[in-house]
Amino acid sequence: MKTEISAPARKAWMSLLAQADEADLSRLWQAFDHNPDFNWLRPPEAGGVMVRGRMGGSGAPFNLGEMTVTRCALTLTDGTVGHAYVQGRSKPKAEIAAKVDALMQTEAAQDLRQAVLDPLQQVQQAQKKARAAKAAATKVEFFTMVRGED
Amino acid sequence: MYVAVKGGERAIDNAHAWLAEERRGDTGVAELSLAQIREQMSLAVNRVMAEGSLYDPDLAALAIKQSRGDLIEAIFLIRAYRTTLPRFGYSEAVDTGVMACDRRISATFKDAPGGQVLGPTFDYTHRLLDFKLAADGETPEAPAAEPRMEVTPHITEFLQGEDIIEREPSSEAVPGDLTREPMSCPAGRAVRLQSLSRGDEGFILGMAYSTQRGYARNHAFVGELRIGKVPVEMEIPELGFAIEIGEVELTECETVNQFKGSKTVPPQFTRGYGLVFGQSERKSIAMALVDRALRWEELGEDNLGAAAQDEEFVLSHSDNIQATGFLEHIKLPHYVDFQSELELVRKLRREAQELAEEMAAREAAE
Amino acid sequence: MSLDIETNSYGGGFATPPVDAANAFRAAMNAMARPGSVQDITGAEPPAGISAAAGCLLLTLCDPETGIYLAPDVDSPALRSWLAFHTGAPFVAVDKADFALGSWQALLPLDQYPIGTSEYPDRSATLIVELTEFAAPNVNLTGPGIKDSTQFALPDVGACQGNAAQFPLGVDFFFTCQSQLAALPRSTTLLAKD
Repeated sequence: MKTEISAPARKAWMSLLAQADEADLSRLWQAFDHNPDFNWLRPPEAGGVMVRGRMGGSGAPFNLGEMTVTRCALTLTDGTVGHAYVQGRSKPKAEIAAKVDALMQTEAAQDLRQAVLDPLQQVQQAQKKARAAKAAATKVEFFTMVRGED
Repeated sequence: MYVAVKGGERAIDNAHAWLAEERRGDTGVAELSLAQIREQMSLAVNRVMAEGSLYDPDLAALAIKQSRGDLIEAIFLIRAYRTTLPRFGYSEAVDTGVMACDRRISATFKDAPGGQVLGPTFDYTHRLLDFKLAADGETPEAPAAEPRMEVTPHITEFLQGEDIIEREPSSEAVPGDLTREPMSCPAGRAVRLQSLSRGDEGFILGMAYSTQRGYARNHAFVGELRIGKVPVEMEIPELGFAIEIGEVELTECETVNQFKGSKTVPPQFTRGYGLVFGQSERKSIAMALVDRALRWEELGEDNLGAAAQDEEFVLSHSDNIQATGFLEHIKLPHYVDFQSELELVRKLRREAQELAEEMAAREAAE
Repeated sequence: MSLDIETNSYGGGFATPPVDAANAFRAAMNAMARPGSVQDITGAEPPAGISAAAGCLLLTLCDPETGIYLAPDVDSPALRSWLAFHTGAPFVAVDKADFALGSWQALLPLDQYPIGTSEYPDRSATLIVELTEFAAPNVNLTGPGIKDSTQFALPDVGACQGNAAQFPLGVDFFFTCQSQLAALPRSTTLLAKD
């Protein structure tokens, strides 16, 4: 069964899956242990996306260089369509991401969120926080030497 | 005339076999894994990604391994590979304002909000060889402090408040793409920035250094330098909305340059911009300096005849793959070309000798 | 969106894209190389409203860097989502079109399409004209790719002669009907049959 889903919600999980570490995603997906039957609408293919920047960080856009992306699309037996656009060249990662995208539109959504998406988010947050903590430790604390008479 | 010569096939096969063996080196020494290169030679990986113009650390590591550490050869491999990838589209312009900064410094404002964050820098090392690294040993974990998770504002935003620095008007103009349309001059700033970002680090550094030494008046301060990861968003046609398709590490440098003003613009600070894949600090600062030097015409400055002001010169010579291709082709067989040159020089010598003999005979006769 | 429409917009693509696209490209290339000759082109099943031949052509020739203009008689949400998924091509206004699709009447007037510049004559539109049939010939064709002369049925000989008169500028035409196509490049000379 398909349930109505909002674009921001779908964007959030697709974005999380795109950046996920393949080993983490694969481990969590296997533990979820629910491999649905599906048909390919577009088998996984690796390609490039041209990344753009802006002059001065905020001005007119320019082309910076490409990044590798793998995409695929599949349909579950009930007709639900799952898409994936994930960073890198891993076809298995794209396949899992598309299955998760499809199942997130079904009754399995809540279980899947708890089993896969939430832990992935926690891993990513923890990694970001750990780097930010190391950066914070290299922040310069200026102090002024008082010289002369007061 | 063109004469095809055959016969090198066996020699070439054997050369390839020996190349593979030399690449591996002494088999008594453990072989490098791609993960080792990616994790422990990360700045080489970054350079290959930046100049190969393809963000994929694993591919860059493979290219470095295959090229025996010759980074220009590795960049060549990446450039060749990227031409085989179908182009899925163009990303939205990345927002470096939301960068999770590993490093963020300003040479112009000591007390910038967000602070001076040094990050994993070589700057304050003593450049003394560390012989401890020659022996195996694990590195202790770096200290941590209370993380700052909020967004770090760009330094130039503070100057913009005072209107004392030129603005970068936002636009949605579609930028030219070097990988689709061959470059023609004047190229425009968007194509210049693309070209500089993938240009050879050594060449861009040399050009930037020339501006500092007086070839084009261009005294720059590093307004801000930041390194960290930013998300990349792309509009997905079949979904009708944008999603994040990944994240890339970038180095961004904004320079602030004094500008005396022109007929239309009051005295203010102008800007140069550098943005490069990976942690590529030297390259991004150099890129910003060269970008600023190339903007002389748009800002109404004088052309001082400096190389770094010459768009055609800079852009035509910054690509190390183009340069290598043309430079190295002269070592390939030119047997026929050279044969004709040889005959020409022999003929000229013969004529010169005949002339000399004739002169000598005439002198003797007189 | 109902399940059927959604699945349809993703289905109907090439089953084996490298092979099917290569075969379709060969058909399109032969059609252009031999103006007026009718070629078979198969492999894709587009949504209702356009021919299989037009669907194959668009999947073969379009990508995110080619703008498509859909004339009002073929434009539909189903076709747009089908093309978006399979080609990623953007939909553009008529004066920005790299490819345009529709019936002859719906595509007119011809002067609204890019015809290239004298430096870049290739920066011009290719029109994919949907026909109900390849009718009885009304024009003799001569020129590159044609030995002596050949015959073809054009919806409007005068308009196509006007296009050819702009050579090397101008647009090029594919004519599609069910699973067949023919082509008329701007380089072909047209003479109406008596």
